[in-house]
Amino acid sequence: MLTFSPVSVSFFIMALFTIGGGLGVVTTRNLVHAALFLVLSLFGIAGLYVLLEAPYLAVIQVLVYVGAISILITITVMVTRRLMGIEETYNRQWPIAAIISGLLGAGLIALVVAQFGALTPVADVPVDNIEQLGRAFVTHQGFLLPFEVASVLLLAAMIGSIVISRDV
Amino acid sequence: MLIEQYLPIAILLAIAIVLSLIVVFISRIMGPFRPTAKKLSPYESGMTPMGPAVRRFPVKFYLVAVLFILFDVEVIFLLPYSILVQDLGVYGLITVSIFLTVLTIGFIYEWKKGALEWE
Repeated sequence: MLTFSPVSVSFFIMALFTIGGGLGVVTTRNLVHAALFLVLSLFGIAGLYVLLEAPYLAVIQVLVYVGAISILITITVMVTRRLMGIEETYNRQWPIAAIISGLLGAGLIALVVAQFGALTPVADVPVDNIEQLGRAFVTHQGFLLPFEVASVLLLAAMIGSIVISRDV
Repeated sequence: MLIEQYLPIAILLAIAIVLSLIVVFISRIMGPFRPTAKKLSPYESGMTPMGPAVRRFPVKFYLVAVLFILFDVEVIFLLPYSILVQDLGVYGLITVSIFLTVLTIGFIYEWKKGALEWE
């Protein structure tokens, strides 16, 4: 089952990025380093999207998560006085947290394997998936209302962030 | 969508990783390492460093980051439409215009509030 093709090798490299970055986030003592590990992990996920033949999702992942969200997290750490001084991010509950999240991860993997077995693709990825996405966004047969509501959500976030950060 | 199309990106990624590892480690491996307190202190153009580099940043950085994300997300919503402009015609133009109008209100608010200025 395990064959060495370019796809499987790149999958393992990207999975290594994702898991290694994720482990780095929870084990490093420095919050800024944790944010940088998060970038690595999110980048690995972008690579996995590419392997799943979802190039637009991969671009979004790099543009929004790797580019913007990680910058926001880093800046959030930098503007917070209390967080900058913390070098010790462990607390006494970490073994319990590790056990619970390990069990949760194992349960999810077991569920996926039980449900889908050999993990074969159920359908081919349509070549024009970005066109389909665009059509789904702006036509009423698709997701027109959620699309318009998203603009209101973005407006609320915009005004909220200005109000919070202007007069402090 | 063939996976081989991503080969240049993979090569670029490999070069970036290898090059950054070389840059970080070559001086440690090749050069002499005889540290003194002066050598290990941060370089501040010959001045004595004053205060720690780790300090709080102004909240303006946070505002810029949030606004950047919001416009980023807006672009992502609009990008799939941009390849269908001809196809969807006036109908698509109207729906996207409603989306953009709402966000333009936010943009005007942001502009008039001076959130784009860096005083």
